[in-house]
Amino acid sequence: MPVSGRRGRRPKLAVWKFASCDGCQLTLLHCEDRLLSVAAAIDFAYFPEATRTVIKGPYDLSLVEGSITTPHDAERIHQVRRASKYLVTIGACATAGGIQALRNFKKVRDFTQIVYAAPQYIETLSKSTPISDHILVDFELRGCPIDKGQLIEVISAFLNNRKPAVTPHSVCIECKRRGNVCVMVARGTPCLGPVTHAGCGAICPAYDRGCYGCFGPKETPNTQSLADTWQQMDRSKADLVRAFRSFNAYADPFRKESEAHER
Amino acid sequence: MSGRSGKAKSRTIKVDYLARVEGEGSLYLKIKDDAVVDCRLEIFEPPRFFEALLRGRHFTEAPDITARICGICAIAYQMGAVHAMESICGVTVGGELRELRRLIYCGEWIESHMLHIAMLHLPDFLGYPDAIAMAAEHGELVETALRLKKVGNDIVRLLGGREVHPVNVRVGGFYRTPQRAELATLEHDLNWARDAAIELTRTVAGLDFPRYERNYEYVCLSHPDEYPLNEGRLVSSSGLDIDISEYDKHFVEEQVAHSTALRSVRKGHGAYLCGPLARYNLNFDRLPDTARQLARELQVEPPLHNPFKSIVVRALEVVFACEEALRIIAGYEVPASPAIDCRPRPGSGSGCTEAPRGICYHRYSIDHEGSILDAKIVAPTSQNQRSVEQDLRDFAATHLHLSQDLLTWQCEQTVRNYDPCISCAAHFLTLHIDCE
Repeated sequence: MPVSGRRGRRPKLAVWKFASCDGCQLTLLHCEDRLLSVAAAIDFAYFPEATRTVIKGPYDLSLVEGSITTPHDAERIHQVRRASKYLVTIGACATAGGIQALRNFKKVRDFTQIVYAAPQYIETLSKSTPISDHILVDFELRGCPIDKGQLIEVISAFLNNRKPAVTPHSVCIECKRRGNVCVMVARGTPCLGPVTHAGCGAICPAYDRGCYGCFGPKETPNTQSLADTWQQMDRSKADLVRAFRSFNAYADPFRKESEAHER
Repeated sequence: MSGRSGKAKSRTIKVDYLARVEGEGSLYLKIKDDAVVDCRLEIFEPPRFFEALLRGRHFTEAPDITARICGICAIAYQMGAVHAMESICGVTVGGELRELRRLIYCGEWIESHMLHIAMLHLPDFLGYPDAIAMAAEHGELVETALRLKKVGNDIVRLLGGREVHPVNVRVGGFYRTPQRAELATLEHDLNWARDAAIELTRTVAGLDFPRYERNYEYVCLSHPDEYPLNEGRLVSSSGLDIDISEYDKHFVEEQVAHSTALRSVRKGHGAYLCGPLARYNLNFDRLPDTARQLARELQVEPPLHNPFKSIVVRALEVVFACEEALRIIAGYEVPASPAIDCRPRPGSGSGCTEAPRGICYHRYSIDHEGSILDAKIVAPTSQNQRSVEQDLRDFAATHLHLSQDLLTWQCEQTVRNYDPCISCAAHFLTLHIDCE
């Protein structure tokens, strides 16, 4: 990875966590056979899951995992932006609010009372929101979790001042490329592939199940048409609400489609 | 930070953001007149309300949704969920499907244990801030460890589709079961991995361990014929022996102001310890011969009461997981169907499995259509949190002669002994040491 930071030194990478499961930043550590070569090209200047070392900012590239769910985090994200030359969100939480954004459709007080005996100790916002609702984001990497290959591509692209080669087409394209038989056409298995952003490599259809939308909406998705097809396959409105309301529930096209079937 | 001066009567140890643990926590210890007067493992990981957001979801969605509690041990959550749902439906998954579940769990144990041994825990013993700095002087060790971790991930990816949040586990079994030839591709690397894990165990058994032992109540699953992964009775070193459905009668979760994690205690007994040390001390005779002989050779046979030595137990469990995976692959026959049909019926059921960090308990109620009415999930780290705080108190109190820097580092290490998974527990961690 031929990269350089300002004034020819090794670029500084920071990894920040907000409300999340850690799976996306773990993807970086899962680059097992490439991890040491990545580490040879960049400095992990701030990455608490992996190191006690903290190198002060500014950082050439910040990777942000997780959504904003507390007043403190809503402040902290601005500090992260100020300390970062480029800022990339990684994963469905940071990009769309994550599974915890299911609270956005309910009263949050009901949620705290279900989980905690003393909800007054719990400080939380009424909505789980994506990072881009709070600050300018330079690039959003999709997925729950993100794909390892795409992550390396994005890091490499930003540190070389080029655009990441991450295409916004649907899972269907990847599915055809992989040579899968269409699970919806051939078996009548409901699939979100036609409206879902590519990147996973069409894993679910390759494992004989329908895509469940964990990469969120593709560019200009026709969710209504897909919903019609699902209904022709005897899926109920409740099924449609659940399907569009999962790991990317608060991404606009999915949110609107789930709300359309709730009425 | 400076060493402790002769005059100072009190001091504080503070770590605002604990590194090399999964999730967000801090540590605070206040020491006055050679006594620890306050000790808090603070967990400021924002809560995500999984138990609440599961209400109204379909019972078949539970494995995919609960996987998102933790990016490291997603399989543990998927397994707890599927076992609980199957118990509600009155279905028992046996035969090759049960074997495949053990296989994918072995993959997660190898991946998670190797992440902790090499990247989170070992740098403490060898005095490095992280595995990458450690690799500059221990290159071969780090490369071997990363390759071992990859073998674990290869199992999860082959069976599950991807390493993080795999897609193939479902209530009743799997969406697709592998062909024999597909599983056979893992054999070569697993044979290497077993031998590498044996060597790694020898290496970590030779580390310098802080002198520290405590008399814990160990709690884990126990199965008559096998080292526990998915199934067994819940047993403890103090005589507990119950069916997992009785969990709620014996364990209770408490809430404290300084933590977004709930903390479990055993009713009438208090803090307990789950995870590698518990499993090892209570199930040693069910480990394969290779692991038991190795333990004898290295003189680490149970009982083992030093939590710093959990790194040796994790390495032995990697040896076990490699052998178990090889055994399953050698005997595998493709099952007739990838899953057993599970029809919802109203009722409640529990699932409890051995996540890499310890027991992970799920209980759900569903209605006749399969909608989830109620969910309760207890993560291993919530269960260990009280023991971690007690360790910190005891360890600091008996190591006050150490310099401020070294005491702070070893207190962090005391926390890392547990491989805490804070994201899981928040429904859970920061280190401050305060010596006035």
